[in-house]
Amino acid sequence: MAASDTALRDHAPGQRPGGISSSLLGMVLFIASEVMFFGGLFGAYFTIRAAATTWPPQGSPELNTGYSAVATAVLVTSSVFMQLAVWAIRRGDQKWLARWLGVTLLFGLTFLAMQGNDYYNLATHEGFRLSSGVYGSLFYTLTGFHGAHVFGGAAFMSIVLLRARNGQFTARYHDTVEMASYYWHFVDVVWIGLFSTFFLLK
Amino acid sequence: MAITEVRPEAAPSGSPAIGYQRHPIWEWLTTTDHKKIGIMYLVNSYIFFAVAGLLAMFIRTELAEPGTQFFSEQQYNELFTMHGTTMIFLFVIPILAGFANYIVPLQIGALDMAFPRVNALSFWMLPLAGVILYSGYLVGGTACAGWTEYPPLSEQGCTGPGVSGLGADLWIIALLLVGTSSILGAVNFITTIFNMRAPGMTMFRMPMFCWTVLVTQLLVLLATPVFTSALVLLLIDRNLGGSFFEPAKGGIAVMWQNIFWFYSHPAVYVMVLPGMGIVSEILPVFSRKPLFGYKAFVFATAGIGALGFSVWAHHMFATGTVLLPFFSLMTFLIAVPTGVKFFNWISTMWKGKLTFNTPMLFAVGFLSMFLIGGIDGVFLASPPVDFALHDTYWVIAHLHYVLFGGSVFAVYAGFYYWFPKFSGRKLGEGLGKLHFWLQMIGFNLTFFPMHILGLLGMPRRVQDYLPLHDWTGINQLETVGAYIIAVSTAPFLANVVMTLRRKTRDEENPWDANTLEWATTSPPPPHNFDSLPEIHSERPLFDLHHADELAVHADATTTSTTGAH
Repeated sequence: MAASDTALRDHAPGQRPGGISSSLLGMVLFIASEVMFFGGLFGAYFTIRAAATTWPPQGSPELNTGYSAVATAVLVTSSVFMQLAVWAIRRGDQKWLARWLGVTLLFGLTFLAMQGNDYYNLATHEGFRLSSGVYGSLFYTLTGFHGAHVFGGAAFMSIVLLRARNGQFTARYHDTVEMASYYWHFVDVVWIGLFSTFFLLK
Repeated sequence: MAITEVRPEAAPSGSPAIGYQRHPIWEWLTTTDHKKIGIMYLVNSYIFFAVAGLLAMFIRTELAEPGTQFFSEQQYNELFTMHGTTMIFLFVIPILAGFANYIVPLQIGALDMAFPRVNALSFWMLPLAGVILYSGYLVGGTACAGWTEYPPLSEQGCTGPGVSGLGADLWIIALLLVGTSSILGAVNFITTIFNMRAPGMTMFRMPMFCWTVLVTQLLVLLATPVFTSALVLLLIDRNLGGSFFEPAKGGIAVMWQNIFWFYSHPAVYVMVLPGMGIVSEILPVFSRKPLFGYKAFVFATAGIGALGFSVWAHHMFATGTVLLPFFSLMTFLIAVPTGVKFFNWISTMWKGKLTFNTPMLFAVGFLSMFLIGGIDGVFLASPPVDFALHDTYWVIAHLHYVLFGGSVFAVYAGFYYWFPKFSGRKLGEGLGKLHFWLQMIGFNLTFFPMHILGLLGMPRRVQDYLPLHDWTGINQLETVGAYIIAVSTAPFLANVVMTLRRKTRDEENPWDANTLEWATTSPPPPHNFDSLPEIHSERPLFDLHHADELAVHADATTTSTTGAH
C-alpha cells in the first residue's frame, strides 16, 4: 500500500537499536513506583513524628543500634557481591556469576534471619509489638515491608541463580541479572534510609 | 524474556489466524493480544458502569421524596460508597486503560505492548477486585464510609443489626488489587511508548492520545503506590492493632486524607487526560484540519500532570490543617493549561469543515460539559467559597460535570469513533444521535440543579432531607433526569448489538482519519500490521494519501526560499 514499506522485523519488541532495553526500563519504572510506595510510608512516619511531643514516645524500648548496624553492614556488603556478579557476567564469566549470586543470596538471607531475631527479642523481652502504640506500628510496618521486599528480592535472586547455573546468561544476554541487581540495590538503599530514620536520627 | 518473532511475509493479509487454532473461549481467557485484552477491559468496565449506574438509580429513587422510602441509612451509606468506588476504580480508570490498550500500540506502529503477559495479568486483577468488592453484600455489608473511606469512620466500621464491618476490609483488598493492576499497566504503557515506536515515529509525531496516555501513566506510576501505602496502613490499623490513624494512641486521623488525596487528586487527571486525548483525536478528523497547537497541547498535558501533584490539599481546606494560600494558588494555576487546551480545541474546529457524526457530537458534548465542570472547580479553589460549599451538592455537581460530562462523554466519543476499528462496522447514526441527545438532556437535568441545591446548603451523603425550601422539587427533577440517563443506554446497547449482527462491513478507514491505527485492516490482524507507511509527521496517512500535493507544495516552498536568498 505504501510507496516504500518498512519491514516490521526491524523493530521487534525491545529491540530498538540503542537506548535501554524494555526489560530494564520496565524494572526502572517499577522501582520508581516502589520508591513512591516507601515514600508514603516514610511520609506517615515523619508526619506522626513531627506532631509528637516526645520521640520516641514514652514507654518505647531502646532499639539495639549496634545489632542493626551489623545487619546493615551485611545487607550493604551483599550489594557489593551483587555488583561483582553483574561485572562477572558482563565479562561473560558464568562461573563467577553463579558464585557471587550465591554469596549475595546467603548474605540477604542472613539479613532476614537477623531481622527476624530482632523482632523476636523485641516482642518477647521488651513486649514491643505492632499493637503497642504508634511507634510499634511504624517500626514493624516500615521495617516489615522492607523485609518483605528483601524476601521478594531473594526469591528473584534464587531464580536468577538457578538460571545462571544452567548457563542461560552470557556477556550479551543477561538483562535479568541486571534487573535483579537494580532491584537489590534499591532494597539496600531503602534499608539505609530506614536504619538512619529509626536508629540514627535523634 | 519473551521474544516475539514477526514474519509478516509468513502471514498474507486476510488470513484469519497465524499458527494453531484454539477454542474461542480458551483463546479469550488466555490471550496476551493487546487488542483482545483492550476489548475485555472495555466490556468488563462497562459492566461495572452498569452496576454502579443501577446503584445511582437507587440513590436517586430514595432522594425523590423526603423521608425514608426504600433504603435505610446504613443501606444508603453502602449505596453511595459502592457507587463512587465502582465508578472511579472499576469503570472510569480501567475503561480509559482499555482504550489505551487497544489503540496506543496501533497508533505508534507497534506489534503489541512491551510486556503482553503482564498486560493480561493487569486485566485479570480487575474482575477479581470487583468480585471481592461486591462480596461485601454477602458477608454483612459493604464498605460504607464513602469512596474516600476517611478514618475514624472507616476504622470503626459500620454498626447496626446484621452489619459485620468486614466490607471495609474487602474494599481495601479490592483497591490494593486495582492499584497493583494500574501500576503494572503503567510500567507496561510507558515502556511501550518509549521503546516500541515504529521507525520514524518520534515522540513529537505521536498522536495526542498517546501523549495523554503517557502523562496519565506517569501519574499512575508515581501516585498509585502512595495510595497503596495508605491502604496497607488502614488494613494494619483495622486488623493487626496498628494505630496510624488513631489519635488516642498517637496516630493522626487526618493523615489518611493527605495520603489519600496525594493519590486521588492526580487520579482525577488519570480519569480525564485520556478523555482529552480521545477528543483531540476526534476533533481534527471531523473538522478536516490538523490539531491546532500540537506542541502547546503536549506541554499543557505535561503541565497538568506536574501541577496535579501539588493541589491535593484543596480537598482538605475545611480541615483547617493545610496551607490555604499555596494549595489555592496551585489549584487556580492548573486551570491555565486546561484553558490552553480549550483554546486549541476551539481553534481546531475554527473554520473547519465540521460534520456532526456521533463521535463528534460526544466530543463537542465533552467540551461543553467539561467546561462547566472545570469552572465549578475554579469556584471551589477559593477557600472562602469552599468553606461554604464543602460537602454540599455543589461538589457533587462539580465532580459529575467533570467525570460524567467529561470522562463518560469522552468514553462514548471514543467508542463510537473506534468501533469501526474494533469490528469493521460503523455504529448506526440514528440510534447514536438518539443516545447522545437523551444522555445530554438527562445529564443536565440530573446534575445542573445540584448547583442550586448546593448553594441552598443541601449536604451530600445524606439519605433524608427536610421538606424545606424548594429541595423536594429540585430533587424530583434530578431523579427524572437520572432515569433519562438510564434510558439513554438502551439505544446505545441496541446499536452495538444490531451493528455486530450486521453482515456487511464498512470501509477500513470510514472517517478518513490520518493516524496510524487506520493504516491497517479493521479489525487488525493479530500482529497488527502487515506493513507500515513511512512516518514523516504526526499524520502519516495524510502524507500517504496526499503525497502528490505535498510534493508540489514542497517544491513551491523550496523555490520561494531559494528565490528569497
